[in-house]
Amino acid sequence: MNSHETLLTVKDLVTRFDIRSGIFRQVSHRVHAVESASFEIGVGETLALVGESGSGKSTIGRSILQLDMPRSGSVNFCGQELLGLSHKELRPFRKRAQIIFQDPFGSLDPRMTVGRIIAEPIIIHGEAKKDELRERVLSLLERVDLGSEHMSRYPHAFSGGQRQRICIARVLGLNPSLIIADESVAALDVTIQAQVINLLMDLQAEQSISFLFISHDMAVVERIAHRVAVMYAGEIVEIGGRRDIFNNPQHSYTKKLLGSVPVADPRQRRTSRRINIDEIPSVIHPVDYEPVHLPFRHVKDNHYVREEL
Amino acid sequence: MRENRVIEVKELKVCFRLDKGVVVDAVKGVSFHIDKGETVALVGESGSGKSVTAMSLMRLIENAGGEIVGGDISLRGRSNNVVDIHSQTESAMQDIRGADVSMIFQEPMTSLNPVLPIGFQISEAIMRHQNKSKNKAMKIALETLRLVRVPEPESRLGQYPHNLSGGMRQRVMIAMALCCRPSLMIADEPTTALDVTIQAQILDLMKLLQEEIGMSVLFITHDMAVVAEVADRICVMFQGEIVEQGSVYEIFENPTHGYTRSLLAAVPRLGSMAEKEHPEKFPIDKMKDTFEPGELRG
Repeated sequence: MNSHETLLTVKDLVTRFDIRSGIFRQVSHRVHAVESASFEIGVGETLALVGESGSGKSTIGRSILQLDMPRSGSVNFCGQELLGLSHKELRPFRKRAQIIFQDPFGSLDPRMTVGRIIAEPIIIHGEAKKDELRERVLSLLERVDLGSEHMSRYPHAFSGGQRQRICIARVLGLNPSLIIADESVAALDVTIQAQVINLLMDLQAEQSISFLFISHDMAVVERIAHRVAVMYAGEIVEIGGRRDIFNNPQHSYTKKLLGSVPVADPRQRRTSRRINIDEIPSVIHPVDYEPVHLPFRHVKDNHYVREEL
Repeated sequence: MRENRVIEVKELKVCFRLDKGVVVDAVKGVSFHIDKGETVALVGESGSGKSVTAMSLMRLIENAGGEIVGGDISLRGRSNNVVDIHSQTESAMQDIRGADVSMIFQEPMTSLNPVLPIGFQISEAIMRHQNKSKNKAMKIALETLRLVRVPEPESRLGQYPHNLSGGMRQRVMIAMALCCRPSLMIADEPTTALDVTIQAQILDLMKLLQEEIGMSVLFITHDMAVVAEVADRICVMFQGEIVEQGSVYEIFENPTHGYTRSLLAAVPRLGSMAEKEHPEKFPIDKMKDTFEPGELRG
């Protein structure tokens, strides 16, 4: 952590999705994707959001950017409350908070050249004059170790790792203070994954960028994160420093998650794992359902765990 | 072929013929063998030829546009007879697939038929290979679902794939692969699409079943951590060749080939950061778009 200054404060964030049915398309059920999520991210800090598919971790990222509309709660960025702002009022924030998605094949327009893709957000936000634009794009390409010859090529000509680097270059063009990386390295081969993670860490060191690193891969998270929040069925069940979570997990789900991760060392093979076919409870509830939130227990320092029944 | 071997692959070469006479050599002379009851992992990155190798063992690669242009594949079937896979006719291969060798894939949703009940899909293979009546086949299907620890197997028989979670679907896939008790199961990235807690259950299950049935497994994956958990021996594939093979301990503790070393350096290991106060970069060289085979040799 470079600083203890807080960049983003999320408090009691709730995001639910309506499920409609019947002839009048009335709301019959709701998906309680995120329930009462609270956390902070400091300047230059990486908070990893971990959990399994359907636990709501991507929805938190999307709710911060209001790509999914939160139902209630507060998202405070640099002292400014974001929920309730108009589309126009949000624009300066959108410039400073960027997102990189998992699938670099789906997030690049196949009919635009790489130069154009990287230039587009800079043009939209009026960040550079026309004559500076080429320079800017070239320096961004160089920053992610791609040569100038790639500028006029199309996304299909690139490998997965290169495409993800193009996505990173596009995001960097706006000098963001927060990058939400939603499973950004999950689709890459390990050698490429390691390179992209190293690049992200270099960028953080150079520009004090904060990351919300959304991932299901505990081993990757252990490398990159300063702090970790564990999600289970829409709720954050444990949050704390990286070493607190990994070395001293408190919640039964965190323990189960860590116990399930295969270790890349044949001498540490776990032979005595029990076959356990518990599944994560459904987060779909009837309309009148009011969730009960158990309180957090303070473990030590900034390590909190939700009480269990 | 030695008595204790289930499959022996010698100098397998597979290519794809594209338009305008362009030929892609996907597998360039690969040799390996699997002993009875052994788990061999074929590891490598996307495009290294590991799935093409697996598909060739089943002679499924021809349906995917590939062509086996050289080499031998000998397989010891359930009745201890050795067959030369390369020279079999398509109809003979249909008798072998599912009975002597079976395969499970990464994405259980796309490999199950969405409009047929689970019970029907499992019993289909039993009726085809074991000449059983419909009722008898359904009974065996039920037993197999029990074997793969599907809870409430009776009610699952009539359910459709969309009724099941990802982990349950993969159990059903394994049940289909095991219902004829093959001597070799090829598992192509069987846990890649699953959450880590479900992955742990499926890996446990596969290990357990392997002991119970005594079959051999060819495990194809890109995930070195999974390999460390399951494999007895490892073949590392890179650009269509096996660049290094050895026991799981040899490969992890004393890798000799440059590519294996870079692969292992890039693998995040849980617990490796336990003593470190700050996040740390991976101990790898600066970005390279591909590994140059020339500089890795020697």
